[in-house]
Amino acid sequence: MAEIIKMPKLGFDMAEGVLVRWVRQVGEPIQKGQVLAEIETDKATVEVESHFSGIVLQHLVDPGTSVPVNEPIAVVGEAGEQLSVSSHQPAASSQQVAASDEQKAATAEATPTDNQSKTQNLQSEILKASPLAKKMAREHGVDLGTVVGSGPGGRIVRRDIEAALSQQSAVSSKQPAVSIASDQLPVSPAAEDTAIPTTKLRQAIGRRLVESKTTIPHFYVTHEYRMEALLALRQQLNGYLPEGEKLSVNDFIVKGVALALREFPNLNAVIHGDQILRKGQVNVGVAVTVPGGLLTVVVKHADQKPLRLISSEIKAMAARAREGKVKPEDVDGSTFSTSNLGMYDVDEFIAIINPPEAAILAIGSARQVPVVEEGQIKIGWRMKATLSVDHRISDGAEAAQFLQALAKYLEEPARMLL
Amino acid sequence: MARITMREAISQALMEEMDRDPAVFILGEEVGVWGGTYAVTKGFYDKYGPERVKDTPIAENAILGAAIGAAMVGQRPIAELMTINFAFSAMDYIVNQAPKLRYMFGGQFKVPMVIRAVGGGGRQLGATHSQTPDAIFAHFPGLIVVSPGTPADAKGLLKSAIRSDDPVLFIEHATMYQVRGEVPEGEYLEPLGKSKIQRPGKDVTIVTYCKGLELSMKAADQLSKEGIEAEIVDLRTLRPLDMTPVLESFKKTNRAVVVEEGWKSYGVGAEVVSRIYEEAFDYADAPILRVAQKEVPLPYNRTLEQAALPQVADIVAAVKEVLK
Repeated sequence: MAEIIKMPKLGFDMAEGVLVRWVRQVGEPIQKGQVLAEIETDKATVEVESHFSGIVLQHLVDPGTSVPVNEPIAVVGEAGEQLSVSSHQPAASSQQVAASDEQKAATAEATPTDNQSKTQNLQSEILKASPLAKKMAREHGVDLGTVVGSGPGGRIVRRDIEAALSQQSAVSSKQPAVSIASDQLPVSPAAEDTAIPTTKLRQAIGRRLVESKTTIPHFYVTHEYRMEALLALRQQLNGYLPEGEKLSVNDFIVKGVALALREFPNLNAVIHGDQILRKGQVNVGVAVTVPGGLLTVVVKHADQKPLRLISSEIKAMAARAREGKVKPEDVDGSTFSTSNLGMYDVDEFIAIINPPEAAILAIGSARQVPVVEEGQIKIGWRMKATLSVDHRISDGAEAAQFLQALAKYLEEPARMLL
Repeated sequence: MARITMREAISQALMEEMDRDPAVFILGEEVGVWGGTYAVTKGFYDKYGPERVKDTPIAENAILGAAIGAAMVGQRPIAELMTINFAFSAMDYIVNQAPKLRYMFGGQFKVPMVIRAVGGGGRQLGATHSQTPDAIFAHFPGLIVVSPGTPADAKGLLKSAIRSDDPVLFIEHATMYQVRGEVPEGEYLEPLGKSKIQRPGKDVTIVTYCKGLELSMKAADQLSKEGIEAEIVDLRTLRPLDMTPVLESFKKTNRAVVVEEGWKSYGVGAEVVSRIYEEAFDYADAPILRVAQKEVPLPYNRTLEQAALPQVADIVAAVKEVLK
């Protein structure tokens, strides 16, 4: 029985993904868990694994096509199974049902209206562009996923590509041609503006953070932490660890944040309309710089994992993120985010909440500063962290108390070893 | 250049060729004394006599059989079928003998013969006498199928058909004998197997022939008032089919409508559309539409007959649809 591979949902807000490349071609065998294709989401390029073993019978979308989540992208089945384009559609719709709910499959198949509507869904999943539009897009390097179709049913036609191209040329023609006139000023002629098209990731960051900043009432609370104990413990523990497995300050912070969040479930929450959903899991997101933007990799159950595991997971996920090969589960399911600019000698900064989460912690550098202790000015290690909080979910007092609770772990780090 | 009717243009071609070549002769039902059912051969009997303008029994297989035999021994017969619907009585001769003899006898014989046949609906002649079965005949390799849409093409193509060493089915439309147009006098030949742009345009390609040309030209005039410039490609010859002007036009406009009077299923439009997709797929900016006869035996009732036949409004609507 042929099975349908669908566009996976790789994040709670992922609506569609662009199929970048087929790794397994039609006719090639594939084992369950092997990589079938690479897709590009708002966040990253991700590998899609086959959930079935068999032969790749059909690719349902062309590379470069933007496919809504849960729409079929390929068919995997037994060698010799016949699947024509026209016949696969109703079959695919019943497969869709079967995949989502075995027991209901029989009744769904027997209900023609249900089947029909699913068939329509299936049809609407294809990025519609006329052959001419596809050819022009190919020749001019236009990403069809960025073009809005004005033809019947949203089909992209010639005029849409022409409009996209004229926009491009308008952008490039706006670049000022620097003329070295008869002026005496020694102006460098290289000072031209450069128009760089934004990447999908850049666009996604922009879209989401504009939404966050314009719809979430942020407020900010900053706390300064005494870091001597943590740095000493880190040094001690790293003495036991081989190169490449040493703990970073951030690993401790992730663990500490997770433990503190257990005490403050209201900050480990998301808001949906009038409802605050306190998440059962504590999954701490860690912002990672990647080419062209940043990604948040997620340490699941960070409150329960030992430091060493947290550290190795972050290392692995960050590496994948930087290579553009992040796995869906790497970036999905975060309940609270952290952003650490400590390595860049930053005193403090504030971060924008990663919607729909309740809060984000922005962590500065641990630095040696003059401190007053017992009436004496001493040299101490201090680190500032600023919590950005959604005022619809929480208030200043709770935010401040959370930061105090975090101090309990960061300043007495042995607690994190328990 | 004289402005004459389609009927006069066809008569002119026949007469010029009969004057030019004594091997050319006409046979068919009522072609002689009566002057032809559509008066195309009026006066021929008196001018050329019964040897060259032969009235035959009402037996299409006999007409075609005699014509093929005469052609094989060096004559250039022009067999007239009162309507193309009667061709079915002589189908074996038309599709199974005439087109294959030269091939099967290894070139020892040729069949330089023209079958003139009157086709098309719109004259309330009922379901069996109103058909446009052109596509059936165009299916057979070896038979050249011509169907002109203007008086000039009728003359030029018929003269070329008479000079062809292979059998030609020359289909005239029953409602177009009164259509007038500029026709060059005297020797004037149009090549067989060549499509022609009958109206230049840039927005959409209309591919058609025969009666469809008349309708499409009217549709194009209407569309032009709305700022849509249709380019009309007249196939003129259905086999061998010349796709070059069609493809050139389509590569320019990227959108097309095919207009034919026959039924849509398995028709000329189906062939043309397939070839466009095969040879110019990357130039398609919208699905190509067909305008054709409704899938019913053509009704006798005038209103119903007109409703079943393709109309100018259908072409205008189809063009607007493909331009969406």
